[in-house]
Amino acid sequence: MMGTIPPEHGIFLAILLFLLGLTGVLVRRNVIFMLMSLEIMLNAAGLAFIVAGAAWGQVEGHVMFLFILTMAAAEVAVGLALVLRMYHCFKTLDVDAASKMRG
Amino acid sequence: MKRRRRMSKPFCREDWNHETGNRDMNTLFYMASFVAVLSTVLAISRLNAVHALLYMAVSLMAVALVFLTYGAPFAAALEVLIYAGAIVVLLIFVVMMLNRGPATLREERDWLRPGMWVGPGILSLILLGELVTVFFQTPEIGLAGRAVEPKAVGMALFGPYAIGVELASLLLLAGLVAACHLGRGEEPKKSGEESEK
Repeated sequence: MMGTIPPEHGIFLAILLFLLGLTGVLVRRNVIFMLMSLEIMLNAAGLAFIVAGAAWGQVEGHVMFLFILTMAAAEVAVGLALVLRMYHCFKTLDVDAASKMRG
Repeated sequence: MKRRRRMSKPFCREDWNHETGNRDMNTLFYMASFVAVLSTVLAISRLNAVHALLYMAVSLMAVALVFLTYGAPFAAALEVLIYAGAIVVLLIFVVMMLNRGPATLREERDWLRPGMWVGPGILSLILLGELVTVFFQTPEIGLAGRAVEPKAVGMALFGPYAIGVELASLLLLAGLVAACHLGRGEEPKKSGEESEK
């Protein structure tokens, strides 16, 4: 085993961060906080890929991390545009205000 | 599969000191992960969006340091550049755009209380100390045992994963078009109404 730090610990950290992000998405009702929690979850997924890639000494982990990074950037751009549009429509950032399909 | 493994093998750096490096890297890893978890908990529990963003930036930088301890300096740099740089700045822009009106000045004064800088400041000082430790003990610690170099990542990206790069560019283009369309304001709605009339 060549790894410096046991990969289980890194995976555990990724799980912990993912669960924290999930808690944030489920608990908070402010759209900005939900987007932030989504970013934390995506970041935790990227961390899991990097840890796995380091454990096997392969570059695939980095490749997947780059794809996750791209996806997170696109997601936050579209999400924030939607947040701005929702604020113009409802004058609030509460997601429950936008729970009806017909605005 | 076998060919690829043999191809990426020379990029792994395996000559480093196990006894001292192991312990130091472990300490760095556990401190960084502690900071990451703590700042994430604080980020999702703040009531104020700007304070939460401060803690989130600290959390992302702590995760970047975890990448560094796992021998991924390229990923750590990308994490700081794109997550802690671009994405957090985008979120801050939107938070600032959504807080117009006469109450903004009072809110701003409320947000910029010096006491609020202490928490993120202490956490990022821990991270800075770890980073300085890494830089000054480079020969012993190195950037971990099996550093994956950017060259190998680039070779894999534009070799076997070229279709993924194309799909990612397509996704970014779609995101760009969607953000432009959604953020265009009220004009398209008016023109749509006019055309309906």
